[in-house]
Amino acid sequence: MKTGAKILIEALQREGVDTIFGYPGGSVLPIYDELYDSSIRHILVRHEQAAAHAADGYARASGRVGVCLATSGPGACNLVTGIATAYMDSVPVVALTGQVPTGMLGNDAFQESDITGITMPVTKHNYLVKNGADLAGVIREAFYVAGTGRPGPVLVDLPKDVTTNQVTAERPLPPEICLRGYQPTYQGHVRQIDKALSLIAEAARPVIYAGGGVVLSNASAELVAFAERAAIPVTTTLMGLGCVPCDHPLNLGMLGMHGTPAANYAITECDLLLAVGVRFDDRVTGKIEAFAPNATIVHIDIDPAEIGKNKPVDVPIVGDVRMVLQAMLERMQKHGETNGWRTRVADWKKRYPIGFPDDDNLRPQYIIRQLSDILKGEGIVVSEVGQNQMWTALHYCFTKPRTWLTSGGLGTMGYGFPAAIGAHYARPDMPVVDIAGDGSFQMNIQELGTVAQYDIPVKVVVLNNMYLGMVRQWQELFYDRRYSYTELPPVDFVKIAQAYGIDGIRVEEKEAVREALETALTTDGPFVLDFRIEREENVFPMAPAGAAINEMIGVHRK
Amino acid sequence: MKSHTLSVLVENRAGVLSRVAGMFSRRGFNIESLAVGTCEEPNMSRITIVVNGDDVQIEQVMKQANKLIEVIKVSDITERESVDRELALIKVAAEPGTSRAEIMQIADIFRAQIVDVGTKTLLLQVVGNTSKIDALETLLRQYGIKELVRTGKIAMLRGSKTVKSAK
Ligand SMILES: Cc1ncc(C[n+]2csc(CCOP(=O)(O)OP(=O)(O)O)c2C)c(N)n1
Repeated sequence: MKTGAKILIEALQREGVDTIFGYPGGSVLPIYDELYDSSIRHILVRHEQAAAHAADGYARASGRVGVCLATSGPGACNLVTGIATAYMDSVPVVALTGQVPTGMLGNDAFQESDITGITMPVTKHNYLVKNGADLAGVIREAFYVAGTGRPGPVLVDLPKDVTTNQVTAERPLPPEICLRGYQPTYQGHVRQIDKALSLIAEAARPVIYAGGGVVLSNASAELVAFAERAAIPVTTTLMGLGCVPCDHPLNLGMLGMHGTPAANYAITECDLLLAVGVRFDDRVTGKIEAFAPNATIVHIDIDPAEIGKNKPVDVPIVGDVRMVLQAMLERMQKHGETNGWRTRVADWKKRYPIGFPDDDNLRPQYIIRQLSDILKGEGIVVSEVGQNQMWTALHYCFTKPRTWLTSGGLGTMGYGFPAAIGAHYARPDMPVVDIAGDGSFQMNIQELGTVAQYDIPVKVVVLNNMYLGMVRQWQELFYDRRYSYTELPPVDFVKIAQAYGIDGIRVEEKEAVREALETALTTDGPFVLDFRIEREENVFPMAPAGAAINEMIGVHRK
Repeated sequence: MKSHTLSVLVENRAGVLSRVAGMFSRRGFNIESLAVGTCEEPNMSRITIVVNGDDVQIEQVMKQANKLIEVIKVSDITERESVDRELALIKVAAEPGTSRAEIMQIADIFRAQIVDVGTKTLLLQVVGNTSKIDALETLLRQYGIKELVRTGKIAMLRGSKTVKSAK
C-alpha cells in the first residue's frame, strides 16, 4: 500500500519529469513530503505565477511537458495567469494544485477555490481527482492530453485526503491511452495535399505564412526544405521566429502590426498564401478584409477549429504540420516559376530594411543587435511584453526554433523572467537572456530571489525607459501625447539585484554596451543589466490597429 | 441567422455539462434551449442544444465543442429528417366558472393532459414540437399563466439513422 502522494510522484517519474516549479502550502504538504527524498528536482519560486511561467518556459525551450505545483486556494489562483499564457500559445504544461479534502469540497473551506471551474476556459482539459485509485491513470492521461494534438495546459486538482490516504487497490495502467472524444488527426488528407501542391505550382506570387505551430511540431527543417524546393518567400509570426533562420534569403521577417514592410507588402500582393501552423491572429492580419485580399489560401493546422475561424480558407489541411510538410515534399512534382516575384520581394527587403537612427544615443535596437552579434544564435532569448518584445523580434537574429520564448497570445507582462528560469533547466547548456522593460521586470522581480538561491545563470537586460513604453507609444501616436499613468519613477535595478546578492551594471552610454553584455554573459550566475535607454524611442514600422498591414507608418527607407 | 439543433454525445461525468455550456457562452453563443439526459449507453449522455447563428458560426461552435476532451460527437441535425419534442407544464388561472371548460377544451384540441386540478388553477402537461407548445402557450395567456416550465427540446433522427460515436 502506498499513499496517494507516493503514487503521484511515481507517476510523474514515469512521465520523465525531472524538474517541478512550485510553492508549498497546507494542502500540498503530503506531496512536498514525498518530494523531499525523491529524485525530482523542485525549484522554489517566489510567486506561483512564476512557477507556471517557468514550467511554460521549460516546455517551450525543450519541447517537453513543463510541470508546476501550487497549494489550494490562493496558490492555485496565482497560477491562473501563467496557465492562460500557456493556453493562448499552445504550450504543454501540467499544473498540479492542492485542494481541500474531498469531504470539505464546496464548503467554502479554508483556502478552497473551485480551480477546475476557474481554469476551465484556459486549460485544454482539467481533472479533479476524487479517488487515489484514479491518480496514476489521471496523471498519465494529463501528460498525454497536454503533449499531443494541439498542445496545451492541463490542470490536475488534488484534494488533500487523496494524497494522504493509503491506496488499497491500485488500478493497473492501460497499455495505451484511448480517449474516444480525443482523437487528433496527424496525417493530412492526401487529396487535399495534392490540391494544395497544384495550386502552389500554378501560383505566380506565393507566400508562406508560418507560425508557432511550426515550432510546436518541430517542423522547421521541413518548412525550410519546402520553401527552398518551391522557391517561396516565407514570413513568420512573432511565435514562428526562428523556424526559418533570420538571414535565410527567402525569409521576409515577421509580418503584422510591427512586421517588416517586405513581409506585409508580400502578403498584400500574394496570389497564394500557404498558412502553416498559424491562427490569423488580429495582431497579424490587421484589417482582416485587407489581409491577403487576392490570395487563394491553403491552411495547414492540427486544430480543425482554427481553419476558417477568422478568414475563409480554400484548401484546409488538418494534420500535424511536420507530417503534412513531409508528405508535401514527397509528393511535390515540380515547382512554380516565381522568379519575377522573388526579385520583387527581394527588392522590398533591400529597399525597406528594419532600421533605427545610428547616432550616439543609447538605443534599445543597438543593444539588441549587439547581443545578437555576441550570441550568434547560440542562446535562448526570452522577452517580456511591450516595446522590448517587438524590438527583440525585429532586431535579434533568430536562427533556430525554441530559442525565442515570448508571450504572444496573451501578452503577459512578467512572463519573461520566470520563463527564462524554466528555459535554463530545459537547456542548461545554453545562455539564457531575458530582455525586459522596466515595467514588465517589476511584475515578477521577486524571482531575483529564486535565481539567487539556486544560482541560475539568467541574464536580465532591462531596457529601462522609465515608461510603460508600448502604452506610452500608443498615447503618443493616438492620444495626443497625454501620458496618462504610464510614467514610472526611476528604479535602480542594480541596487535591487545587489539586495538579493546578484551582480549588476548600469549602462548609460552606447560605447559601454558591448562590454557590459560580455561581462554579463561571461560572469557565472545571474546578472542584471540596467540600460538607461532613449526614453521616447518607438517601435517602427507600425500598422495602426484596425488598418491594413501594408498601411504602415515609420517605414525606414534605404 | 437561424436556429440550429445540435445533438452532442458526451462522456457521462461530473462537470461535462458545465464545460459544454460554458464553452457556448464564453464564445458568445446564445443557447436557446438545452436538454440533457442519459442515453442508450450508461457511460454516455446526450445533450440537445438549440442555438442561433449563421452557418459559419455554427461550424465554428461545433468545432470548438468537438475539441472538448469529453465530447464524443457533435451533429447538426437541423436539416435532417428528425423528430423533435419538448414537454411543458403550464399552470393556468382557472376560477370556477366558464373559463375552466374553455381551457379544458383547448387542452383537448392540443392533446394536452390535465394533470392537476386546483381550486383556482389547472395544470396542463403538453408534449410536442416547439411551435405547438408556443401556440398553446399563446392561447392560454388570455386566461393568465401562473407558472410555466419547459424541458427544452430533444430530438432524434428518423428511421435507422443514429447519432453515434464512431467507435
Ligand atoms: C499583465 C499585463 N498588464 C498590462 C499589460 C498592458 N501592457 C502592454 S505593454 C505595456 C507596457 C510595458 O512596459 P515595459 O515593461 O516597461 O516595456 P516597454 O514597452 O517599455 O519595453 C503594458 C502596460 C500587459 N500586457 N500585461
